[in-house]
Amino acid sequence: MEALEQIKSRVEAAVSGAKLEIIRNDSPSGQHSLLLDNAHALAVAKFLRDDAELRLDYCANATGVDWPEAELTEKIRVKKIVDGVEKEVEEVKKTLRPGYLEAVYHLYSMEKKHGPVILRFRTENRTDKNHLPSLTPAWRSAEFQEREIFDLYGIVFDGHPDLRRILMWDEFKDFPMRKDYVEPDDYEYEPTPHDEVLEKVKQHQAEEVKA
Amino acid sequence: MPPKNFELLPKAGAEGDFLEVAMGPQHPSTHGVFRMDVVLDGERVVKLKPVFGYLHRNHEKIAENTTYLGSMPYTDRLDYFCSMTNNWAYALSIEKLAGLAVPERAEYIRVITGELTRLLNHSCLIGFLLQDMGALGTPVMYAFREREKILDLFESLSGSRMMCNYMRFGGCRCDLPAGWIEEAKQVADNFPRFLDEFEKLLCENEILMARTQGVGVLPKELAINAGVTGPMLRASGVNYDIRKVDKYGIYDRFQFRVPLGDHGDTYDRFMIRVLEMHESAKILQQALKDIPSGPIIDPKAKLRGFRPKAGEAYGRIEAPKGELGFYVISDGSPNPYRYRVRPPSLINLTILEDMCLGNMVADVVVILGSVDIVLGEVDR
Amino acid sequence: MLGEGIIKGMVETAKNFVGSYVDDERLTTVQYPEERIPPKEAARNFPFLVFDGDDPMAGLRCVACLICEKECPPQCIYIVKDTAKKPDHTGKMQFQPKVFDIDISVCMSCQICVEVCPFEAIKMDTEFELSNTDRFGGLLFDKHKLAKSNEHYRKIHPTEAAEVDARLAAEKAKAEAKAKADAEAKTKAVAAKSAPAPLTA
Repeated sequence: MEALEQIKSRVEAAVSGAKLEIIRNDSPSGQHSLLLDNAHALAVAKFLRDDAELRLDYCANATGVDWPEAELTEKIRVKKIVDGVEKEVEEVKKTLRPGYLEAVYHLYSMEKKHGPVILRFRTENRTDKNHLPSLTPAWRSAEFQEREIFDLYGIVFDGHPDLRRILMWDEFKDFPMRKDYVEPDDYEYEPTPHDEVLEKVKQHQAEEVKA
Repeated sequence: MPPKNFELLPKAGAEGDFLEVAMGPQHPSTHGVFRMDVVLDGERVVKLKPVFGYLHRNHEKIAENTTYLGSMPYTDRLDYFCSMTNNWAYALSIEKLAGLAVPERAEYIRVITGELTRLLNHSCLIGFLLQDMGALGTPVMYAFREREKILDLFESLSGSRMMCNYMRFGGCRCDLPAGWIEEAKQVADNFPRFLDEFEKLLCENEILMARTQGVGVLPKELAINAGVTGPMLRASGVNYDIRKVDKYGIYDRFQFRVPLGDHGDTYDRFMIRVLEMHESAKILQQALKDIPSGPIIDPKAKLRGFRPKAGEAYGRIEAPKGELGFYVISDGSPNPYRYRVRPPSLINLTILEDMCLGNMVADVVVILGSVDIVLGEVDR
Repeated sequence: MLGEGIIKGMVETAKNFVGSYVDDERLTTVQYPEERIPPKEAARNFPFLVFDGDDPMAGLRCVACLICEKECPPQCIYIVKDTAKKPDHTGKMQFQPKVFDIDISVCMSCQICVEVCPFEAIKMDTEFELSNTDRFGGLLFDKHKLAKSNEHYRKIHPTEAAEVDARLAAEKAKAEAKAKADAEAKTKAVAAKSAPAPLTA
């Protein structure tokens, strides 16, 4: 299979306006991925599927990842003039990474028997701008998996034929796979032998009585 | 913010033309707690929506809150028929993530246990499929008799019959006990005999043929586009077996063929599994003959305090039900940042409706049986 | 001929039916509980605590290091560490668990506690007939119920126990040799000290 850089330049040539970025992966697996822009995601997906060289006709895995707002610390070496002498000083640089939700797709080719090409795209934030284009029109296999991402992460896929909750029940609020999800006291309605659960319930009841 | 409620059912005519039936969640033919909302026009299926999640326990969330090792016993409970292949898939992706090598002997043990798992899964599936069709008892009991022998092997190897928790990152947990290879050889050698018996019992049976041939046809293009994998895909005539494509482990050392179907109907899906069992038995005989001695785990692998470097990996294997993949993101902490299971059963269900439309309601049961789902894996 | 396949199948079932009277291979069921299949050596069910010597509580190998509690995937182990060291069966001062509970109704028999234990103190039992009418208390095993002797361990997992015993004996011998060497070195050092210091320029 051709190199990721080549795929990137070919996609950018074929789909006008598409902007891709290569996300490096430093682990021994060496599976680097392509970050798509949301507006052209579906067009890029269709190109990858139909291109005679690539023929990525099989979307194996689609999943969500939650990246809440976080402060990233990075150690950098800066040259500074201390007491008139230039010195290299280690400084901790803090950057605030805004929170976003990410959808990741693993593509393979059944015809050419190669892969994976990994696509990912990101929502603007985790609250209201959580829409992404659905890739179900390109690959049917994304249908249930996108429903699952919607169910567990709360990414709304525009253009999905049937976006409902899939694993949780319809009345369920909140998205359980998000990192800031708070568990209920107990999932069952009857008491269990776990003291911890009973204590949690008692605490909450006491708070309710106070209020 | 949730989208508008999906209109599940077509509006019934004023005379009540359509009948809605909720098949399941407590229905013997749904292989667990699985529901199909079926809309019928007479006896023909007009619409079918699978509904699941009754067994959902958020395995992925649990895994993100435990250590890498701690998820290993939970993977047994995904597809509880095939705990060995589940272990394998998880171990494989972590090995990719952390760059661990697997010693020869461990690779052989993995192939042997993996193929034994395939034998027991396929034979039981055929039993269940026949049971759904009304052949109460006989085929499933014959299949369970054979399965028992394999489970005995697993028990003497790992200590547990179904929840093996046997593989570790970079190898296996313990070495084979004395005399295990001889016992396994016996099982592998006797298995073709059982298959012959099974074939005589079933493959030419007129009732079975009438109920399955031409029922639930899955066209090739749809199968590929819908990401169907495993025996179901190959029954539709697509030559895609991850054992051949990825050559993970040491599968390139063994001589075996990939059986393909050409109609993509239920009978093909049934026959593919029978033929695959023959091939698995062949692989087993080769692997049991060649198994070398040596260490069974990478000395770099750590049991306690295992922390792979930050990064991500997707590893996949050909599980008996299809492509089983694990996608793991590490942030350098003892717990995975993101842990995702790509369950073959769930994705094979995507096209259940397409296969059932226009068929009789009684065929829905047979078609579902030939998809081969395990709800522990669909719901996770 | 229509029906040929069915007849063929019938012949197979008939073979199995008749065969079950003469052939062990075809008669595979066992009449539990009167008849039992001998347990496999590697079989595992729920964990127990190994003790040496005669007194189950004093002889516990467990030193309450809390590793198993931390590693247990379903979090079914609950340990409270004792505040003071107590003499074990050989008289050596050791930390011991004040409370060691395993909730058997939560335990999933995965054996990870056994693998991570550095002291060979927790092992898997093969006892499986544990049904109980008390849902909450009856399946919560405390350390008195969990403690089982090393002889029991030897009986249920002979090969594994022999290895463990050999390893422990080797470690003990090594530790003793080291202690002896240390003691000798000490006496030598003392002797050297008491001797007049060599004159140096």
